[in-house]
Amino acid sequence: MTTTDLPPPGELPEIAVDPAAFRHLADAQVNVELDTGDMVLNIGPQHPATHGTLRLVVRLDGERVVSADPIIGYMHRGYEKLTEFRTYPQITTLINRIDWLSSFANEVPFIDAAERLMAIEAPPRAQYLRTILTELSRIATFVLFLGEMGLQVGAITPAFYGFRDREYVLNLIEAVTGGRFHPNFNRIGGIKDDLPWGWISECRGVMNKVLASCDEFDDLVVGNPIFQKRTRSIGIIPQELGAAYGVSGSNLRASGVDWDLRRDGPDYLVYNELDWKVWTHPDGDSFSRYWVRLQETRESARMVLQMLDQLPSGPLMAKVPRIIKVPEGEVFVNTENPLGEMGYYVISKGATGPFRTKIRSASFSNVSILPWLLRGVYVPDIVTILASLYFILGDIDR
Amino acid sequence: MADSAATEAVPELREQAADALARLQAELGDEIVEHAGAFGDVVVRVRRDAWRRSAQVCKEQLGCDYLSFVAGIDWMPTPAVAEEGSGDTSTPAQPKEQTYGAAGSDGRYQLFALVESTRRKSWRVILKTDLPEDDLHVDSWVAVYPGADWHEREAWEMYGFVFDGHPSLRHLYLPSEFEGHPLRKDYPLLAREVKPWPGLVDVEPMPGEPDDGEAAGDVAGAGGDSA
Repeated sequence: MTTTDLPPPGELPEIAVDPAAFRHLADAQVNVELDTGDMVLNIGPQHPATHGTLRLVVRLDGERVVSADPIIGYMHRGYEKLTEFRTYPQITTLINRIDWLSSFANEVPFIDAAERLMAIEAPPRAQYLRTILTELSRIATFVLFLGEMGLQVGAITPAFYGFRDREYVLNLIEAVTGGRFHPNFNRIGGIKDDLPWGWISECRGVMNKVLASCDEFDDLVVGNPIFQKRTRSIGIIPQELGAAYGVSGSNLRASGVDWDLRRDGPDYLVYNELDWKVWTHPDGDSFSRYWVRLQETRESARMVLQMLDQLPSGPLMAKVPRIIKVPEGEVFVNTENPLGEMGYYVISKGATGPFRTKIRSASFSNVSILPWLLRGVYVPDIVTILASLYFILGDIDR
Repeated sequence: MADSAATEAVPELREQAADALARLQAELGDEIVEHAGAFGDVVVRVRRDAWRRSAQVCKEQLGCDYLSFVAGIDWMPTPAVAEEGSGDTSTPAQPKEQTYGAAGSDGRYQLFALVESTRRKSWRVILKTDLPEDDLHVDSWVAVYPGADWHEREAWEMYGFVFDGHPSLRHLYLPSEFEGHPLRKDYPLLAREVKPWPGLVDVEPMPGEPDDGEAAGDVAGAGGDSA
């Protein structure tokens, strides 16, 4: 066909193109010769690799994923709306339940936001106790991950180790706050209560146990060739893309981004008084996410030991009015939670409750990269990738 | 951390925020409507037609490579749930007049977003833009920050904002047949409408205080066992 045979512009014949016929060519270079047709597989709403109810609709070509669409909202509780109907002290009960594995760490940014608006600063001992309890909830969250990630690739033993260590840490949290999962222990202006007798020495013992079992995880899981085969170069998140998706926390540090809000954000708690290190891994795959969390568990345990040594004495509460009215203003406070960046944008109009609270939760953004990340992977790798991203459904659905 | 810190004034703009603001002003010029400080952070309100360009400037010129969130605000005053003096303390009473937060607003609906840098310490910008009530369209950020996808879907279902250029605006949290925009202030919280505030039952006069019979009128008999 020469150029003269072409119809003049504007009269080109319409060619019906079925985009579905090309989708698997564009999205994954698989089975070009053997077109077997796509198959839609529903993973979930209940799935052992997820903490809660996440449904994943994956379109498969053979064993490879052509496209994945996470369906969320099964646990949506409407916390942003509910905060408009609660007073500030009541809201901490709600936000305990956003990321239920590390409830104490959830409270910190919200209380911090309210304190900044009210120009109150918690006394040093309260700040130390907050930091200790935040790091303890980080350890409790991470040791569970360290065990469960093994479970997802078929190793059962680490899961028992993980639950055992988590129990030690939860017992510590319970001894201080009275609650294993939902401490609700932060108050605007400080913290509710002091440490019980003998707690410090017990905590030292548990931290040493955690450090020892981190070495066990190192041998048992990280050094395990089967585990490495299942996780190395699986689910790689590139740095720039991860950041543009809002992936944060250990997931982003595992992609080589040296960014930790405890060090790089506006100052909060007492992290700048401690000697610690931010761990990164250049690979960005499932394995490096495991490795980074393992190092961070150790780092947190060392931080707790340091804080126990230099714990200041003094009051636990600043002077706070009996009825808490927060002056007009808006503030954004974000902190490095176990799962990533947790932030509250609090808009106050001078009432006893906020006018609007935007809750920025870590897992929401961490999971929003899944449609990109799961493209072209094999079905069994979905499980390892989901497990290595480590999200809590309450943190996605809020 | 000293006790005196409580009385110290919070700086309006952190050093980094002032720097970021100066660069944004050089890039965007009169596309910035207003700016303000919010506890050290800078809040920049841009014109609606510059919404996507401001994201590009933040990402490419300011090095804000990380998208924290995109969300909506409805500045309409909260409709009172309980009558005044009824003793219903279930909902904090908000001011009745429509006021706006940092950097102001032209009307009821506003979109705001926060971008951060993963390379510079405390380097972040809060962007805002106003959406007129009769035309809730705004450019999507998905082409700049792919992570805006879910955030914009959330703002679409919760506020009804329409993001032009978004690949698939559909429900995120709510079932697909859901009607209404729950985070708008005129959308009632149904639990408060259908059930009386359970806190009312617990209202008992403090020891030694006279029972005024107004606020706790229905439960005055509960104090009888103290006799």
